[in-house]
Amino acid sequence: MMLDAAGWTALRLSLLVGVTATLLALPLAIWVAWLLARRDFWGKSVLNALVHLPLVLPPVVTGYLLLLSFGRNGPAGRFLEETFGLVLAFRWTGAALAAMVMGFPLMVRAIRLAIEAVDPKIEDAARTLGAPGWAVFGSITLPLIMPGVLAGAVMGFAKAIGEFGATITFVANIPGETQTLPSAIYALLQVPGGEDAAIRLVFWACVLALGAVALSEWLARRVARRIAGA
Amino acid sequence: MTLSVSLRHRFGGFALDVAFEAGPGVTALFGRSGAGKTTIVNAVAGLLRPDHAEITLDGDRFDTQPVHKRRIGYVFQDARLFPHMTVADNLDYASRYGARASDRPRIIDMLGIGALLDRQPATLSGGEKQRVALGRALLSNPRLLLMDEPLAALDGPRKAEILPYLDRLKAETGVPILYVSHAVDEVARLADHMVLLADGRVARAGPLFDVMADPAVVPLLGVREAGAVLRGRVMAHGDDGLSTLQLAAGPIQLLGVQAAVGSDVRLRVLAQDVLLSLSRPQGLSAQNILPVTITAIRAGDGPGAAIALDAGGDALLARVTGRAVQSMGLEEGQSLFAVIKATSVAQSAISGAAI
Repeated sequence: MMLDAAGWTALRLSLLVGVTATLLALPLAIWVAWLLARRDFWGKSVLNALVHLPLVLPPVVTGYLLLLSFGRNGPAGRFLEETFGLVLAFRWTGAALAAMVMGFPLMVRAIRLAIEAVDPKIEDAARTLGAPGWAVFGSITLPLIMPGVLAGAVMGFAKAIGEFGATITFVANIPGETQTLPSAIYALLQVPGGEDAAIRLVFWACVLALGAVALSEWLARRVARRIAGA
Repeated sequence: MTLSVSLRHRFGGFALDVAFEAGPGVTALFGRSGAGKTTIVNAVAGLLRPDHAEITLDGDRFDTQPVHKRRIGYVFQDARLFPHMTVADNLDYASRYGARASDRPRIIDMLGIGALLDRQPATLSGGEKQRVALGRALLSNPRLLLMDEPLAALDGPRKAEILPYLDRLKAETGVPILYVSHAVDEVARLADHMVLLADGRVARAGPLFDVMADPAVVPLLGVREAGAVLRGRVMAHGDDGLSTLQLAAGPIQLLGVQAAVGSDVRLRVLAQDVLLSLSRPQGLSAQNILPVTITAIRAGDGPGAAIALDAGGDALLARVTGRAVQSMGLEEGQSLFAVIKATSVAQSAISGAAI
């Protein structure tokens, strides 16, 4: 099941996109999950719907909306290019953004469940001992939700590795730049005689996905044990 | 150290409107469930924002401060230890912000938790958890300690295990304590002052001995729980299990006194366990007969009446039937004799704590 050079490029790019998307999305996902779990504010249900939108929209629609807003002529895309010189359209960075958006709801769901499992009375106790709010989050809430955060990160990573519809719509299928594993498999299946190479990629995609799911299951069990033990 | 609390808060058809002061020592907030006790301590801690509050400690108003700046130790009914930290880490968490690390060995020793330091909270018994929670609250170097029914979640033996530590805590630390409870025996044993709450209002407040001996509080405490608290000194332990205690009005004999000879103790004498006699009774099995004077008679809503008595300077409370008041011709200022059965003063009501 050895890969050729093009296959390795796609696998490496998938890992780069997946890791980048996961690391960038994680802090934001923790914050949004905390807002949804612990705060009441005007527009909370709107935020909740917005977060879950990529889960229910056709991925092609999400990709097209990304292209409209983050493309070179889109308002957000133009702002990022003019301010930071950051171009997303048809670049691997755009693939990472698409993967972030698609994996975000899965991360938020896992982390939100973990936060809701933490008894706010424990956090109150920490505050009475003199810990300011940010310190309570860092020393009490975050360690207690860490298994949930890891599980969410694994889910987001798996989603990022497998993301196809939004990615190909937003950043196309450029070998070496935006061609991740699913895009590469799709491309191979479009040409005669590509099945053999496609099968090898499919094998590696399965390895990554199963590994991620196994890790996530293991972490989820640890969460359950911890909550039962506390 | 004087804590002054003035609060108004409304929620779900319940209105709380209280004002009281708490001096040094232990002030008990006493009332039935739903009387507003926990609401008050949560407001003092800052965990609840009441509609109106004015809370000061020695003139320093702190109800506008955030929780973490108030320096108020809080011992919850459920110990609320941090489940992901060892006992030692739980204690260190408090001293990290309270900077009272120098007292750590003394506090650990006082609460007897030295052997628990490496354990996880999930492996501790209820009583052990509560002792660690106490130590953690003390290590935050509080100006005031709030205790919200710290014994309510514990069974009888666990309660008995932790009560001596509370006695020591009271004797050894100068921190004023606001102690929430609906158990009269705990309050009678620990408190110096008492604030009686009923339906969100202060029904009676004052020094514990005065409040407990007030006939007007009988309906608030319940006729079975009402009874004066007396001070006494252990004079001797007899071979037959009876101990002699010296009260202001004279010596009495009681069963099951644990305190050492010479120590001062508190006795809770239930009003329903005190009999009255116009003349000094002869040939009675009860041996404890004290000369008393009636200071007040309060007819109850039912057939009973509460009689306040002066026993050589100590206040005593008796509960008799209204018919007895009539037939004996009881009236204020009258001198007569109170009879207390040796077995009727419960062991748990006798405290060896400093008074």
